[in-house]
Amino acid sequence: MNSSKQTASTSFKAPDSSSLQLNDQGRLRHFLTTENLSKDILTEIMDVAESFSSVADQAVKKVPVLRGKTIVNLFFEDSTRTRTTFELAAKRLSADVINLNIATSATSKGESILDTIRNLEAMHADMFVVRHGDSGAAHFIARHVAPHVSVINAGDGRHAHPTQAMLDMFSIRREKKEFKGLKVAIIGDILHSRVARSQIHALNTLGVQEVRVIAPSTLLPSDTKSLGVQVHGDLRSGLDGVDVIIMLRLQRERMGGALLPSEHEYFECFGLTAEKLAYAKPDVTVMHPGPINRGVEMDADVADGKHSIILQQVTNGIAIRMAVMTLALGANRASDSS
Amino acid sequence: METGLTSVDIESVIEEMANQLALQLKQKNIDSPLMIGVHTGGLWVAERLHAKLGLTKPLGEIDISFYRDDFTRIGLNPQVKPSQIPANVEGEHIILVDDVLYTGRTIRAALNEIFDYGRPDSVVLAVLVDRGGRELPLQADIVGMKLDLSPQKQVKLSGPVPLALETNRI
Repeated sequence: MNSSKQTASTSFKAPDSSSLQLNDQGRLRHFLTTENLSKDILTEIMDVAESFSSVADQAVKKVPVLRGKTIVNLFFEDSTRTRTTFELAAKRLSADVINLNIATSATSKGESILDTIRNLEAMHADMFVVRHGDSGAAHFIARHVAPHVSVINAGDGRHAHPTQAMLDMFSIRREKKEFKGLKVAIIGDILHSRVARSQIHALNTLGVQEVRVIAPSTLLPSDTKSLGVQVHGDLRSGLDGVDVIIMLRLQRERMGGALLPSEHEYFECFGLTAEKLAYAKPDVTVMHPGPINRGVEMDADVADGKHSIILQQVTNGIAIRMAVMTLALGANRASDSS
Repeated sequence: METGLTSVDIESVIEEMANQLALQLKQKNIDSPLMIGVHTGGLWVAERLHAKLGLTKPLGEIDISFYRDDFTRIGLNPQVKPSQIPANVEGEHIILVDDVLYTGRTIRAALNEIFDYGRPDSVVLAVLVDRGGRELPLQADIVGMKLDLSPQKQVKLSGPVPLALETNRI
């Protein structure tokens, strides 16, 4: 892709995360990562999402708050669920939505990523929701968009997937009421997971007691411990006394062979079954970002069991995305007028 | 803070509002209305009216932040709360309650939100204070008290216990 030529020297390698996301009044203007965002900002996102959750009760499941705004879903990588929930969130806010699947679009004809952005800005887009296979892509776009445009990261490479992390935080808060004292285990393919990184940052900022990651050593990044987590290689001991279990999807499409002996063996060691679940607290909550590989990451009877909130996560994802879109576009407007 | 508003007995003003409401409901043959309070001050007034009238349907709450007409100027109100309105307002007689009626923009937003829940049979508006200064063609059916204030002044209800009115120069 042509874009790599322009971006290699700037930001794809080392995405910074702090000042870019906030406007001069400290409000969320872009949402690129959960890293370096304050507890207040993360809490505000969840509080606003809570308010949006009642929109689904309305006969007309829409509020007019983003009427007249144009949101572009810019997907350089496929994701049906994430794109659909962003689209639905935008529509419930009365925004106009365009879905661009860039893999089949102009960049394949040689247009650079910045030319694509400039063209969409010329069409008066107000927000880009960006999914990209390269870490730092959303940061790069955020750094180059016009001042009135907001960027939401819908997943970049192995780096971050902040709206997924926040919908998980929101789901945990709805189940457990507060984060203080919680023990949370994240299980599976940490190495390839942008979700896990964003979750770990958010969980630590929100003040849980303990974050554990449970994974085979081949699926752990080398810097795992520096993220502020405890590492377990054994599922049973890792699950001991946990309040929340977050399963990760085994990202077969990102694996370059040899990291796993076989899916069957993975399930034997790290697959969540009713027997292993018994090591956790009796009121443990089981989560999974989807799509589930049944019989690989978890047993079907756990996925569909009474501890599972997997489908509530999907519903909560719409409210979280509505919240982030509204806050970001609101912060942009507010900073314009000041 | 200034003026002698602190001496106003808010509870007795609300008592009188309840009497007027009871009379209107009787005249209109409405026996089971749905009362909805506008966050935050309107909800405090509505809680008292709801108790005084002995209404059977649970009190609804509405937060109009997502329906405001000034989002593009001031962004989202960070203190937004969830609205709690029965999923179906179809055929209901609604009593909408707010603390201060001024430009009418809040009430316009509240009406728009209510109609996204369905088509009520009727809506009446009850406000604790009508301070004039309307920018939209809206009037209240029940008014606790009228205040004649210049645009440079702001009137604010504090609560929930006790309720008190303050005016400030802005």
